Amino acid sequence: MDQTIKVEQVNKSFGKKPVLSDVNLTIPKGQLFGLIGPSGAGKTTLVKMIVGMEKSDTGSIHVLGEKMPNLSLLQEIGYMAQSDALYVELTGEENLKFFASLYKLSKGEQKKRIAYVANLVNLTDDLKKRVAAYSGGMKRRLSLAIALIQDPQILILDEPTVGIDPELKLSIWKEFLRLKNEEEKTIIVTTHVMDEAVKCDYVAMVRDGRILTSGTPSELKALYKTDDFDEVFLKAGVKQS
Amino acid sequence: MRMTALIKRICQQMLRDKRTLALMFVAPLLILTLMYFLFNGNSVTPKLGVVGGDSSLVNAFKDAEIKVKEYEKVTKNTVVDDDLNGLLQLENGQMKLTLQNDDPSSAKGLQAKVNQTVSALAQSKLIQHNPALAGMIPKKIETNYIYGNKDTVFFDVLSPILVGFFVFFFVFIISGIGLLRERTTGTLERLLSTPIRRGEIVTAYLAGYGIFALIQTVIVVFYSITVLDIVLVGSIWNVLLINLLTALVALSLGILLSTFAASEFQMMQFIPIAVIPQVFFAGIFPLEGMANWLQMIAKVFPMYYTGDALKGVMYRGAGFSDISGDLIALVIFAAIFVVLNIFSLKKYRTL
Repeated sequence: MDQTIKVEQVNKSFGKKPVLSDVNLTIPKGQLFGLIGPSGAGKTTLVKMIVGMEKSDTGSIHVLGEKMPNLSLLQEIGYMAQSDALYVELTGEENLKFFASLYKLSKGEQKKRIAYVANLVNLTDDLKKRVAAYSGGMKRRLSLAIALIQDPQILILDEPTVGIDPELKLSIWKEFLRLKNEEEKTIIVTTHVMDEAVKCDYVAMVRDGRILTSGTPSELKALYKTDDFDEVFLKAGVKQS
Repeated sequence: MRMTALIKRICQQMLRDKRTLALMFVAPLLILTLMYFLFNGNSVTPKLGVVGGDSSLVNAFKDAEIKVKEYEKVTKNTVVDDDLNGLLQLENGQMKLTLQNDDPSSAKGLQAKVNQTVSALAQSKLIQHNPALAGMIPKKIETNYIYGNKDTVFFDVLSPILVGFFVFFFVFIISGIGLLRERTTGTLERLLSTPIRRGEIVTAYLAGYGIFALIQTVIVVFYSITVLDIVLVGSIWNVLLINLLTALVALSLGILLSTFAASEFQMMQFIPIAVIPQVFFAGIFPLEGMANWLQMIAKVFPMYYTGDALKGVMYRGAGFSDISGDLIALVIFAAIFVVLNIFSLKKYRTL
């Protein structure tokens, strides 16, 4: 089972407006996969389809060899949406506990995982505070911690580092790389920041619902004969149109 | 276990939100108390101006609890100027009653009282002239009441309906906005990215808010019966059962309608459409007098059944078998809304 995620000929439109056309992706186990593109390119729709929250009009999506949507597979996917999606009346710990019990973690496991993910995102001291009192960055970090709570094989993160300060951003990316290298997790990250794209193993550039080009960052740089990743994106866009 | 987690979370959230709790538990009591005093106020003694009446007539009016003011002469404006409820003019054996009619129901009351007093006086005068007639006229009509007694006021009939309505209204608002917030903040989406089933979410929501609805129902019912002394002829368990089913209907309807609202403000816009009409058909206004098509419409409003059942148990002392039809109707409403809820979540995830 080498291919963790396989997206084949997926089309999707909202009403008459096409959002995704003919998308094909293959993501092997243990890859850090970057989906790059401007806002409104269809990145979020694509990742939502992989999680099974959006239905494709045509084509198919397989995760870990099973066709999506599939309820039991959701145990293996940690999803972090663009919005923080937290219960602000509750404390950070209560939020984590709630999601941990949705994944049916045992009491002991819950404790261990909560301590682990809280430490990871630097929130251990703030766990007893209500989320309403959190700063924007803290909410983002808690949201990330929730995506990691059940120790999933696959992480799908929709713009995970928006609103996070550079120092923390660096440590979060370090953690992504560690999760990938040491725990062989498959990670999909959407972003519109190019310096994050360079850190991915494999990058797909999305614009207007199409994948313009894909490859490892160095392959792409070589292909478009430039050292600057921003330029790769611009050139790929020009080539299409 | 997933459901328990969800129910626990709903309870935690509610307990943190002191204001919403107060709205749910205290506001109905405040309104009920206010209504109680409003409807139990003593009626004002009507003021009647009399022109050309003799002392026996004036005394008869006074006995009938009408404040009499005698006039020698009146103008067109006397009624308004002296703020009289009515003016009775006697001329050449003819009687003319002018009513101010600023409040139709009290004007009608005064009119009836005046008629009664005048005819009673005429009767007694007739008997004085001809005592033989006395045996032909009944002395007094004895009145018996099937439901209630001579002290029954409108509030006694109204209060059972109000109790049911408050349960409906507050549960509707709080559960609807609860799920709406979950939609707008994106937590519902996140919830649906976990392996929880749609049915589990709806059930947990019903149970979570149902706990608070139950507490509210118990508080409202006990307060009305013990503190406000509202008549309760039938069993209190039946009252609780009816209200609980009403809460369930309100809960599932609130959650369902929140699907069609994009914000709290839009949720509020459902009040005039989905909540206020319920009052009209709950039995405050007698349904028999309504046009046939209106009576048909009434039957699609859950409050129609709640009102009917509550009035039956609390005022008329109806038993379980008498209200079973209403209860079944409420269960059907709740079932329909619950199923529709599970379907509406399909928008987010097909499983």
